[in-house]
Amino acid sequence: MSRGVEDAVPVLEMRGITKRFGGVTVLRGVDFAVRAGEVHALMGENGAGKSTLMKILGGVFPASEGNVLLAGRPLAARGPTEVLRAGIALIHQEISLVPTLTVAENVLLGAEPRHRLFRWVDRARMREEATRLLASLDNRISPDALVSELSIAEQQVVEIARALRHENRVIVMDEPTAALSEREAERLFGLIIRLREQGVGIVYISHRMTEVERLADRVTVLRDGERAGELTRGNFDRARIVALMVGRAIPELSPARGFDSSQTSRLEVRGLSDALGRVRGVDLRVGPGEIVGLAGLMGAGRSELLRVIAGVDRRAAGRVLIDGEEMHFTDPRRALASGVAYLPEDRKSLGLFLQMAAGENMTMTLASPSARAGVLRLDALREYGERAVAAFGIRLAGLEQSARLLSGGNQQKLLFARALALNPRVLLLDEPTRGVDVGAKQEIYRKIVETAATGVAVVVVSSELPELLLLCARIAVLHEGRLAGVLDRANDAVTQEKLMALATGQAPDALS
Amino acid sequence: MRRWLQAAGILPVLLGVIVLFALLTPKFLTADNAVNVARQASINLVLAAGMTLVILTRGIDLAAGSVLGMCAVISVLLSLSATWAPLAIPVALLAGAAVGAGTGAVVAYGGLPPFIVTLGTYTALRGAAYLLADGRTVINNDLGFAWIGNDYLGPLPWLVVIALAVVVLVGFLLRRTVLGLHIYAVGGNPEAARLTGINVGLTLVAVYAISGLLSALGGIMSAGRLYSANGQLGTGYELDAIAAVILGGTSFAGGIGGILGTLYGALIIAVLNNGLTLMNVSYFWQLVVKGLVIVIAVASDRLRTRHLT
Repeated sequence: MSRGVEDAVPVLEMRGITKRFGGVTVLRGVDFAVRAGEVHALMGENGAGKSTLMKILGGVFPASEGNVLLAGRPLAARGPTEVLRAGIALIHQEISLVPTLTVAENVLLGAEPRHRLFRWVDRARMREEATRLLASLDNRISPDALVSELSIAEQQVVEIARALRHENRVIVMDEPTAALSEREAERLFGLIIRLREQGVGIVYISHRMTEVERLADRVTVLRDGERAGELTRGNFDRARIVALMVGRAIPELSPARGFDSSQTSRLEVRGLSDALGRVRGVDLRVGPGEIVGLAGLMGAGRSELLRVIAGVDRRAAGRVLIDGEEMHFTDPRRALASGVAYLPEDRKSLGLFLQMAAGENMTMTLASPSARAGVLRLDALREYGERAVAAFGIRLAGLEQSARLLSGGNQQKLLFARALALNPRVLLLDEPTRGVDVGAKQEIYRKIVETAATGVAVVVVSSELPELLLLCARIAVLHEGRLAGVLDRANDAVTQEKLMALATGQAPDALS
Repeated sequence: MRRWLQAAGILPVLLGVIVLFALLTPKFLTADNAVNVARQASINLVLAAGMTLVILTRGIDLAAGSVLGMCAVISVLLSLSATWAPLAIPVALLAGAAVGAGTGAVVAYGGLPPFIVTLGTYTALRGAAYLLADGRTVINNDLGFAWIGNDYLGPLPWLVVIALAVVVLVGFLLRRTVLGLHIYAVGGNPEAARLTGINVGLTLVAVYAISGLLSALGGIMSAGRLYSANGQLGTGYELDAIAAVILGGTSFAGGIGGILGTLYGALIIAVLNNGLTLMNVSYFWQLVVKGLVIVIAVASDRLRTRHLT
């Protein structure tokens, strides 16, 4: 039932949307329309109002002013369930699955197929349907697996599959590739193109410029709660989008320092393996002031390598040396005390104390060492908090503000400030800019470079090659837990192709 | 500001109950009766203070009443021996803290759910209390620390002074010490706490030890008031303590709440008991009313603060 892109009436139209929370206006007269069969990218820095706009669309809360039209008629649906029934599906950034249920149960939760006669849940059909939905995304996920056993990337796939079970007219995807590997992302892109051909209107929210350039027919940019501009395919490029998003030019970074093999490594890892076989005999040296990238596919053991070094996961074999001295970390506390700071990948579940104040989040590691007889030195903590807010450009109402209320970029900066509070010698960063907007990304990059410049050895895990190319002189590539190779930009040009060859287990010289 | 709002959450209910009883019975709003209410609240408040810490870490201490009973028996037994009498209070407190620390260690390092572990100690320690008292009531009409339960400091009974001191100390602990900060962190996000280098196990042990210590203090206060103790003393007290904590807005999900709310919660329970008794409402109806008030108060608080979270 394909409808043309040239359809006069947009399938979805939001007109003059204004939203106020208390006295604060977070959206001001925003117009936003999606035609059937187009991918419309919605971009903007965190806090620009993208999520608020989409929550209004999804019926999470009503707009203060303005209205929403679906296929030219006012959308009468109230609340998320009715909106879903009207044919608008939202795929959230946050995963909202039930970990104790199976994949199939989650995919069809609330819409379980019933037996024709007896009305009980038809498990066979449930499995079939889930398998069919999953196959369009990732056929490696078993419908019988428990969600709690899946990686974040796989959970994201399940989340998307769940949205696909409805006949949708509009699908909103909020950072759908944030946790996906290259291969999974490719599948998702294929699916998006197919949905577009079927006439579905797709709202695509992403911070990844390459994806937007590739997929979007139109881009709407929000800035500070207003529509900063709309660009159509053929006349948008990276620079114009970024300029609209930040309203200012982005400064260049100074180039990263290379590795000097004559020096003692600040961090050295020899034959390191974890207990579960996800890291197998990895060797790595990182000099003082160096930033080394860790690349690889999802599941290659990048995060796991950081976790073993930081004492989070158990080490089965191998050695970790810092400034030539052998370390035996059995828990993160010891690692931290020896100057190893680690920023986990999953900000909300592993990093933040969401219900606590922003200031407390930043100074959590500082509290104990600065205390006198177990009594907090609130003045010292406040001082560090204030300095960090200024140094990282954290946007908040005050140190007392709950971390939950901050945008993703600002939350990540809190964690960064925490990691640097104890002046670490080694900084391990797992996807430091995941789900973070362009402006905050630049600030985090600059902070990483600045930190390295003070002699800290930095290891960055990232799924975004441009990020690694921007920051790192050397990029180590992992494949199935082993070090597949190290690309040194001083010696050879690092390309996506070389990196992928290593990441997928081919020797780089096997390529023409 | 947010914390203040959450802590003050139940204060309107407390004030409302006070106004209601003041209107219904002239005997309620007198200085003497206010002291009565405070005294009735005191022991529950001491238990609830410890319970607040435990619940902040996503835990529960079902053994609070049993520890109270056991330690009350220990303190009276020791007071009967000439050599041990001076040590009655310290030994009872130590026993409570040690039992709590053991419970905490099993929870922290054994990985067992606090509900199960303390259900076990709840039962076992109740038995221990009966055994120590040999199934009888141990009486000491010459009890050295009877002043705790019966004397006054100025206009206030010592029971009330002690309870308020506990509230202030626990408030200080939560707001001004490293342990307090770590309690909120461990309760809010245990895995993040571990990755942040917080000693999660030690924090839990400390929390249960403090709860045990305060339960023992409650036992000494009870024994001091009654000049006696038996194996049955403190039965069901843990439930009143939990009710006070929950009324006070501390969340079972962990990491949210504080001592001020618990103070209001304990006072609400005491005011209800006192006011209904003054109005000659039967004990059975008192239970019904108390239970309903707890559910309604917490439900209204949740509705009111929903937009804050």
